[in-house]
Amino acid sequence: MPDKPSLLRRWWFELLLAALGACLLLFVVAPLAGMIFATSVGELSRAAAENAVIESIKITLTAAMLATVASAVFGIPLAYLLARKRFFGRSLVLAIVDLPIIIPHSAAGIALLMVIGRNSLIGRITGGGLVSTVAGISVAMAFVSLPFLVNSAREAFASVPVRLERVARTLGASPQRVFFTVSLPLAWRGVLSGMILMWGRGISEFGAVLIIAYHPMTTPVMVYQRFNDYGLPAARSVAVLLIVICIAVFVALRLVSRFGAKEGSDA
Amino acid sequence: MLELKSISKRFGAMDMSDVSLTLQAGEYFALLGPTGVGKTVLIEIIAGLIRPDSGRVSWDGADITSLPPEQRGFAVVYQDYALFPHLSVARNIAYGARARGCGSTEISARTARLADMLGITELLARRPDTLSGGEQQRAALARALATEPKLLLLDEPLSALDTNTRVRLRRELKRINSELGATILHVTHEPEEAMALADRIGVMLDYRLRQVAAPEELFRRPTDVSVARFLGIQNVLSVSSVRGDICEVAGQRIHASSADESTRHIWIMPEELLLSHQPFASSALNQFKCTVINWDHSDALLAVQLACGDLRLIALITYTSFQQLNIEPKRQLYVTFKSSAIHCL
Repeated sequence: MPDKPSLLRRWWFELLLAALGACLLLFVVAPLAGMIFATSVGELSRAAAENAVIESIKITLTAAMLATVASAVFGIPLAYLLARKRFFGRSLVLAIVDLPIIIPHSAAGIALLMVIGRNSLIGRITGGGLVSTVAGISVAMAFVSLPFLVNSAREAFASVPVRLERVARTLGASPQRVFFTVSLPLAWRGVLSGMILMWGRGISEFGAVLIIAYHPMTTPVMVYQRFNDYGLPAARSVAVLLIVICIAVFVALRLVSRFGAKEGSDA
Repeated sequence: MLELKSISKRFGAMDMSDVSLTLQAGEYFALLGPTGVGKTVLIEIIAGLIRPDSGRVSWDGADITSLPPEQRGFAVVYQDYALFPHLSVARNIAYGARARGCGSTEISARTARLADMLGITELLARRPDTLSGGEQQRAALARALATEPKLLLLDEPLSALDTNTRVRLRRELKRINSELGATILHVTHEPEEAMALADRIGVMLDYRLRQVAAPEELFRRPTDVSVARFLGIQNVLSVSSVRGDICEVAGQRIHASSADESTRHIWIMPEELLLSHQPFASSALNQFKCTVINWDHSDALLAVQLACGDLRLIALITYTSFQQLNIEPKRQLYVTFKSSAIHCL
């Protein structure tokens, strides 16, 4: 077998890269798979039948959706400006957008309490603030996950050739018309995947949400509460249920965005 | 009528200054110059996509320097076509008319007419990325024309195409100019393209407009040596001194009837050089003994490189004279030309 050693010699570097990468993938997949396989169907269906669990999943998905849609209204324009304009302080703005990624999320929750808590201005006006409300949960989710939306959308807009926008202007389109008929349709896929990413990140938020609202209980908070009160198996079945639902919705949305992009481009 | 007055713009290494130019309605004007001399910037200043640092852009006497591009009614066609990839060819063509608020019957009529004129009717339902370069450029032209622009700005529109397509599209451009009466400003780096299309040519070198002239005039009377060199004009010679009408060039004394003290360069059209085996008496004042260095094909003619001492000349001759003179390297000949055939720069 004279081929084997020479093949190894030729490909050893690529094989090494693949082996190292595989270790990392295993590190992600193994705990998840272990958890899912360790949970029996009975445990899972019992958790799924429980009203409190269903309610918490609903709250989590809705709050994350609200956070994403609201952030999109403000974040997409910001992303477009950051992609297209070079202005004084641009790098500062970029850094501010990334800030929520690096600060501890429990600290972010505390900071948000100063703005939407009982003793804040908003709290005094509304009589209690957004603490322990779905809106408050959305605010916490939005704060920690908006960098994902803004950054994806910014990259998507940056990849649209400026020349297309310039041609559109000379053909008689106003800047706002150019945005809605050229820039946004061409960047749509990246913007949508940013929204999906943000939504997913919002669902999984624990630290900031816990500070703002223990009740109504989101599923990540419920996993923590069950683990503290009833131990591992109780927490595990709720965790697996949430993960399965998240993955299903995530895959569905990805497919929709891919399909949507093709549809849009045929028009 | 478009009028540019003392347009200046600086950014990066570019330093465009004092560009003035007037375009008549219905004119086909070529802006000719090598890559990177600010031709595209000038087009984008005219289109309103870039604000000049100083100077004035006006249309029919009205100052439009600060008018946004969508209100100017000038359409731009780029070298890379810049079609909207998410729209069909038909929707690309309709884009501008729609943005300007045309009715849908009018839009479909215009689309059909232009698609027919440019031969892209079968492509209307296709998406731009499924088209060839030539087809894409036709679609981009149709899109620009559908807005019925007052001025059509073409930025190297044919440079990315193969020779056959380029020649065919040149004809279309000429038709657009003559049949639709469109005023065209066409940017190109190819002298031949400018010659074939334009009523007038402006030569741009180093961010400045150096000469504006009709094609024949430009190639017969370039105003300075850098323009002549860019146009590929041969036999441009440096003059070391002038006495009376005699220019000293590379150690030879050349009679030039239009020479004066300010003459720094002279040029002789290669067609004006007469070659012979023997010296002969004539009214032409310039006759030199020379040696053939080499020869080359130049379209239907032959370009013969000659050395008269340190003086290097190129003569264009027909194939018949080439055979009669029995031209080959190192052959000794006489070259004769009139003093009136010399242009001074």
